[in-house]
Amino acid sequence: MANDKTQGRQATAAPAIELVGISKAFGPVQANKDIAISVAKGAIHGIIGENGAGKSTLMSILYGFYKADAGEIFINGHKTEIPDSQAAIAAGIGMVFQHFKLVENFSVLENVVLGAEDGPLLKDSLDKARVKLTELSTEYELNVDPDAIVEELSVGHHQRIEILKALYRQAEILILDEPTGVLTPAEADHLFRILHNLKTEGKTIILITHKLREIMNVTDTVSVMRRGEMDSTVKTSETSPEDLAERMVGRKVLLTIKKPPARPGDTVLKVDNLKVVDEFGVARVKGISLEVRAGEILGIAGVAGNGQTHLMEVLGGYMPATGAISINGQDIDLTGVHSDGQSRRARGIAHVPEDRQAQGLIMEFMAWENMVFGYHHDPAYQKNRLLMNNAEIRKQSQAKMERFDVRPPHPNLQAKSFSGGNQQKLVLAREIERNPDLLLVGQPTRGVDIGAIEFIHQQIVNLRDQGKAILLVSVELDEIMSLSDRIAVMFDGQIMGERDPAQTDEKDLGLLMAGVSERQGAA
Amino acid sequence: MEKMPRWADVVLVPLISIALAFIAAGLVVLAIGENPFDMVFFMVRGALGSSSGIGFTLYYTTNFIFTGLAFSVAMHARLFNIGGEGQATMGGLGAALVLLAVPWPHWALALPFAIMGAALLGAAWAAIPAYLQAKRGSHIVITTIMFNFIGAAFMIYLLNGILKKPGQQSAETVTFPKGAHLPTFHEMLAPLGIEFSKSTPANISFFVALIAAFLVWLLIWRTRLGYQIRSFGQSETASTYAGISAVKVTIISMLISGGLAGMLAINVVMGEAERLILNFTEGAGFMGIAVGLMGRNHPVGIVLAAFLFGTLNQGGFELLWEMPGISREMVLVIQALIIVFTGALVNFTRYPLERIFLAMQKRAN
Repeated sequence: MANDKTQGRQATAAPAIELVGISKAFGPVQANKDIAISVAKGAIHGIIGENGAGKSTLMSILYGFYKADAGEIFINGHKTEIPDSQAAIAAGIGMVFQHFKLVENFSVLENVVLGAEDGPLLKDSLDKARVKLTELSTEYELNVDPDAIVEELSVGHHQRIEILKALYRQAEILILDEPTGVLTPAEADHLFRILHNLKTEGKTIILITHKLREIMNVTDTVSVMRRGEMDSTVKTSETSPEDLAERMVGRKVLLTIKKPPARPGDTVLKVDNLKVVDEFGVARVKGISLEVRAGEILGIAGVAGNGQTHLMEVLGGYMPATGAISINGQDIDLTGVHSDGQSRRARGIAHVPEDRQAQGLIMEFMAWENMVFGYHHDPAYQKNRLLMNNAEIRKQSQAKMERFDVRPPHPNLQAKSFSGGNQQKLVLAREIERNPDLLLVGQPTRGVDIGAIEFIHQQIVNLRDQGKAILLVSVELDEIMSLSDRIAVMFDGQIMGERDPAQTDEKDLGLLMAGVSERQGAA
Repeated sequence: MEKMPRWADVVLVPLISIALAFIAAGLVVLAIGENPFDMVFFMVRGALGSSSGIGFTLYYTTNFIFTGLAFSVAMHARLFNIGGEGQATMGGLGAALVLLAVPWPHWALALPFAIMGAALLGAAWAAIPAYLQAKRGSHIVITTIMFNFIGAAFMIYLLNGILKKPGQQSAETVTFPKGAHLPTFHEMLAPLGIEFSKSTPANISFFVALIAAFLVWLLIWRTRLGYQIRSFGQSETASTYAGISAVKVTIISMLISGGLAGMLAINVVMGEAERLILNFTEGAGFMGIAVGLMGRNHPVGIVLAAFLFGTLNQGGFELLWEMPGISREMVLVIQALIIVFTGALVNFTRYPLERIFLAMQKRAN
């Protein structure tokens, strides 16, 4: 064990990072329990686990955001105290967060220097940084123009700037938290090439992700965390996605859903030449036409921010648009400036929004209050003309929560006290139990545990098999491929093409997602 | 898992805050060479030690309940209505116009109409800022505070002009008809054989305020409108998703808020002055913000906080009388300290307390 390691021991032989007996509790919650992990120098080490398994807490301890209640940290064999992020940087640790921390209207150069200036005058620091940046940029294939303004660059660039920031601060150990969530497959591949280059230069990389495929593709070793404990560490070459999933959840998990072939019926939703201009005057959806029929799932693939969100908001009734939408053959009025969500619900459209925490739920409200959110005008929920029937709503909510396996099934808990997966089940329970003709689903499993994903997918397929139309938007290609009966790919506000999931693959869809047009596939 | 039990959050935190506030105020009093225990004694005795003290305390409490409720209804929709002062002023005008228009035969008939008049003009004064916020995005804090000044100036204009009592100098209307006189506590309690001081302004409006508090509770937690107001206040994006109109909620909650603020006039203009005078609000509109914050925007909390502030107000006046070494400004300092500790610095008490409770839970496990 690390305890007998001394200063004299050769640094090259020691692991880059060794954590021994790390424990951390937040009040009654034991976020990390006696964690031991060792990451060899020059390795890419993956950490996977469900939400709340303690990955982020562990990395926050390593980066000095939290102080561990117990345990020791060894960097290159030396016992190191990391009380704050300055100390982490000094120890050669760099962190790339899931949500980038960049000043949007600064140049790349200014962002990199920010917080690492040499003196009160900027010029010297900037000149020095420019030279170093160019070096780093070419060395690792980062391809970032130092003078570009951050807000004008793509998300992929933003991430590379974060990596540059860490490297500029002489990071030898790089921690990446869910790095591919916002990237196209091509951008993700580019990132992995960068990581590979860094590895060849002897840097150590820790990759936190929930995507099993990434773990399998890029890591050398992988650690699985479960409920605050380190379950196991294995060589990536000696494991499989199924094995990892089982270790994460603690039971066998179906990674792809088995579903009977679709039996499409009449057209439920018809969208014709839909155009959306957002509040800043930017065209977001540029003439989309599509159809969803009863009993089928149309999946819309695409990188986040290519108009899918706006399409869903228009269908959900809170974004004005031009063009035509009809539901069961009846046209919908699109001109409304104000929210029209109420009349959409009355027409049989239910909507599971992309961002359950900002849109689908009110986090401060109790579960039962959330279970009528959007349907609070329904006469079934009123006691009389003035008062709502809270007791009845509570009772119904409890039943729905039990049917959708929300844990714990207590309607009097605030939405914020449920885990991500259970919050999503709350929203699904509310929307699916309305027995809608058309279900709009945005990112149904974002931030949801593997165990819950299986359940959520099953519910969506069940609704389809009851003859309902489902429009699914997801940035997770696996999800799109596994659930959809037809796949449409959106890029820059347009549909680039349509595919049969049985006759396409990731590479094919990836090209469409990157905007490589191939019109003959379009409907 | 809750960080600490609810009773601790609702009861313990305010009590400790008040204790801390009195310690801080005591140190200030000590610094100017007066006895802090005397201060506390005279304040409490002055406010609660006699029926006349209690009468004044309840009178102020009534005002603070109205303005505190007004603030909290808007706050539930996350609208910071800082214009309670102006809305109350206009409420006074509404009540006065109603009461002067008709030779009222009995207060029971006059009261509902005076409430309507006061609430209507109070709401009207809130309507313009509400419209500007909802439709034009003009910030409600700026517009409502401006409307306080406009309201005050308008009142000066009216009371020096068409509403002025003919043939004299002071800026006030004629006295309301005898039939519009509201029963005071003295008059209400006399038939029950309870001797209550005759010289205090506390009147039946206190019960109107309590009913208003109950109705606000019903509105916020039991009606569809209240549900929509709370949704909008918690998350505007989620409310958009749910089809709740931001314009509608903004305007309606501000109208209710303004109406409640306007009802302060029932207590002051109709109940106490029995004529419309200048500056009758005496800062109660602003005090409502502190009351609402301390009462955590819950009617029960607001009634309790209003009572605390009523006590402070009355106790402060008594203190001036009993301790000549303490000036009017000193009383304000003491009151301000208490507001700071119970309102602005409430987390100063809450966080350490949360930590204590967490440590206790941990040991229990």
